[in-house]
Amino acid sequence: MTDQTLLTIDTIDVVYDVDPPVHAVRGVSLELARGEILGLAGESGCGKTTLAYAIQRLLKPPAVISANGVIFHDRDGTDIDITSLDTDALRRFRWNKASMVFQGAMNALNPVKNIGSQLDDVFRTHRPGMGKAERREACAELLDIVKVGRDRLRSYPHELSGGMRQRVMIAMALALKPQLMIMDEPTTALDVLIQREILQQISELRTQFGFSVIFITHDLPLLLEISDRIAIMRAGEVVELDTPANIYHGAKHEYTRTLLSSFPSLTGDRGGFLRGDQTTGATR
Amino acid sequence: MRFFLRRAAFYLFTLWAAITINFFLPRMMKGDPITAYLARNQGTVSPEAIESLKILFGLNTDRSLWQQYIDYWGLLLSGDLGRSLSKGLAPVSEVIADALPWTLGLVGIATLISFFVGTSIGTYIGWKRGSKAEFLVPVTTFLSTVPYFWLGLIMIAVFSTTLGWFPASHAYDKTVQPGFNWEFISNVIYHGTLPALTIVITSLGGWILGMRNMMITVLDEDYITVAQAKGLSPRNVVVHYAARNAVLPQLSSFALSLGFIVGGTLIMEMIFSYPGLGLRLFEATLAKDYPLMQGIFLVITLSVLVANIIADMAYAALDPRTRQEEAL
Amino acid sequence: MTTLEFSHVSRTYKVRGAGTLKALDDVSFTLTSGKTIALVGQSGSGKSTIAKILTQLESPTNGSILLDGKPIPRRGRALRAYRQSVRMVFQDPYASLNPYHSIRHHLERPLRLHRVVPTREIDAEVGRLLERVKLDPALADRSPHELSGGQRQRVAIARALASRPSLLIADEPVSMLDVSIRLGVLNLLAELQRESNLGVLYITHDLATARHFSDEIMVLNRGVVVERGPADRVILEPEHEYTRRLRDASPNPETLFGASTGTAGKEAGK
Repeated sequence: MTDQTLLTIDTIDVVYDVDPPVHAVRGVSLELARGEILGLAGESGCGKTTLAYAIQRLLKPPAVISANGVIFHDRDGTDIDITSLDTDALRRFRWNKASMVFQGAMNALNPVKNIGSQLDDVFRTHRPGMGKAERREACAELLDIVKVGRDRLRSYPHELSGGMRQRVMIAMALALKPQLMIMDEPTTALDVLIQREILQQISELRTQFGFSVIFITHDLPLLLEISDRIAIMRAGEVVELDTPANIYHGAKHEYTRTLLSSFPSLTGDRGGFLRGDQTTGATR
Repeated sequence: MRFFLRRAAFYLFTLWAAITINFFLPRMMKGDPITAYLARNQGTVSPEAIESLKILFGLNTDRSLWQQYIDYWGLLLSGDLGRSLSKGLAPVSEVIADALPWTLGLVGIATLISFFVGTSIGTYIGWKRGSKAEFLVPVTTFLSTVPYFWLGLIMIAVFSTTLGWFPASHAYDKTVQPGFNWEFISNVIYHGTLPALTIVITSLGGWILGMRNMMITVLDEDYITVAQAKGLSPRNVVVHYAARNAVLPQLSSFALSLGFIVGGTLIMEMIFSYPGLGLRLFEATLAKDYPLMQGIFLVITLSVLVANIIADMAYAALDPRTRQEEAL
Repeated sequence: MTTLEFSHVSRTYKVRGAGTLKALDDVSFTLTSGKTIALVGQSGSGKSTIAKILTQLESPTNGSILLDGKPIPRRGRALRAYRQSVRMVFQDPYASLNPYHSIRHHLERPLRLHRVVPTREIDAEVGRLLERVKLDPALADRSPHELSGGQRQRVAIARALASRPSLLIADEPVSMLDVSIRLGVLNLLAELQRESNLGVLYITHDLATARHFSDEIMVLNRGVVVERGPADRVILEPEHEYTRRLRDASPNPETLFGASTGTAGKEAGK
């Protein structure tokens, strides 16, 4: 751990206390550097979303979280153990230091409030010193940054397209200029062109504001392009953690290799895929 | 705006249909109570009364059906609903106007109280699963299955006869002068407490259960998790994110139940001899007072329609999604 | 040799308060036995509308659909014959199978309906179908919820093949499946296509799989076919601006790391 480490996760376990108990996250340990983009890849049920929720203590019973420590190394020098925060301290930590962009913004926005008021909420809760006009300006600015436009402040979620809703989620997560943004499949349901735009935006924002990102998705080629490091998860464990180049050229774990080979190359060799009456390469 | 206009047009159409059906109903009945009555009471009925009764009941067969229809509308629009056969030929509209405020007042206020208390309890129970307050659910549900008349009689037996805390009948003491003064109003409240309480107790369960179930559904939604992740205070999350969404179907039910107030809680009015519309309807049925019955039916139909409109408007006002035109 | 001609088809919807929406605008293509055509489009491109028209859930506003030169039938026995010949595999493996019926029931229905084999051979045929999609015939008596997503999709494919069709429409067949089993299912489709000389319409938003599993690609943008051609050519040398943007926007680590010296793209998934 250096002073460049933002988050230290030391052996975190999540067990769902049902019958039989489900061990969703098994002894995961990770370190996240400041300004780093960490890709978290895996298929459904591997525990990646559970891990993300657990870090912020967003899981509900019957989930039981246990860890040696989940330490947030604040920019101002203090160390915060997230697992031992009391309810009030946790509420102040949330969104301020670490925020989350949720999957499927379809349901992630309150349908009966306009998006301006949902952005405003954040400021009212965490920045009680701000006046009404100040808050309004801050919300408008956020919408401008994510290119939704301040003229949509009074729109309702159902009046926006999927891509715009996702951008609103990003704006919301960015509101308090957190040091960590966790993104859970933020672009999965979107058009590939819009996805590219949003990823571009996230990259620019990261350069501008310097936050770290944990990017959760099953789309491994995407992570290979944007991450500084990638963690591959399977059955609750991190089976591989390395840079994209290393993983691409020589993955160590068998599952990583399986995952990689599930994505046919777009512009390269045809590889071993059956097609029509051609069978090139190995078949399985 | 287009949304509201379309809805308004729809309701106007429904109103027209209801009144037209009301027009045809007595004409489809066998026999005819009016002629018999008129025959019996030949000299005592004024010509206007005879005329309006004939129009209402389709006895002016010297006119064409279409003309009858026009006459009928003319009658209604001038507020003449006929004459009550059992109330000494008093205008039906007067009889109804006398009884309506009592029904609306008592049952309306009782329903309001029941709704607010029930919804609040339901919100709390839905939010705090497994709290001690959950015992209220089976208790109130049980109470709502208790036959109303039984509960009413028990209430009278306990609070009126035995304890003497509240009067057992009527809307106000005969000795008190009706008027807009405190003595009268407090007397009305005094008399209305027992019947209102009975209504509240038996209907509370429905509101609590409804709101609780909606809260549970809503609390599962993603936007609640997001609200908590944003670090919003629990109160903010419960009120502005959870309850605000969960209450929508409750409001629809509430507005619809308003429509049925006018039909009255007949049994309540019988037990407590409360001078509301339900009691009048009952008496009219016994006395075969068709004009009064018809008049009351019309008023009930209209009020259900109005309640529907209110429910629609309220829902549209509260849920922005319903205002949207067909989604692209 | 069966041919399905989708000829100058347009489909317009009326939208309340917002005029009309042209979901398809003069779309034409031909599906023939033995060839796989990929229909690539993003959401709102009109690809689901095409699927709905082919399965007769909707009809075109303009244009015609001809099967072997004759307009496709809309009712009666002829319609049943059409449905026997042109089958569909749906996107959602969790919704396309009825949870109350066994797998056997799902497979028996088309067999009975189209009288594919005599009644006494139905059991054996069900077993054969399951084997063709690489499933254990013993699964026939299970319920859908006991199967994984990938297995369910294979059952859906078996069901589509039960009537011995000439043409298969696969609408996003793997997008709801786990990543590591997608290629297995696509390879299965490719193999079945070869064995039975099927004509396949592979509808998808994913360019990479479109490239590898089809002979020809059609790119759809807002109801208009902007480009069509041999799969490799369309992806590697796109002529239309939109296709180029699609290709450049799709994640492609090879552009960063070069052709894989390791394992990426070299082995087919199971």
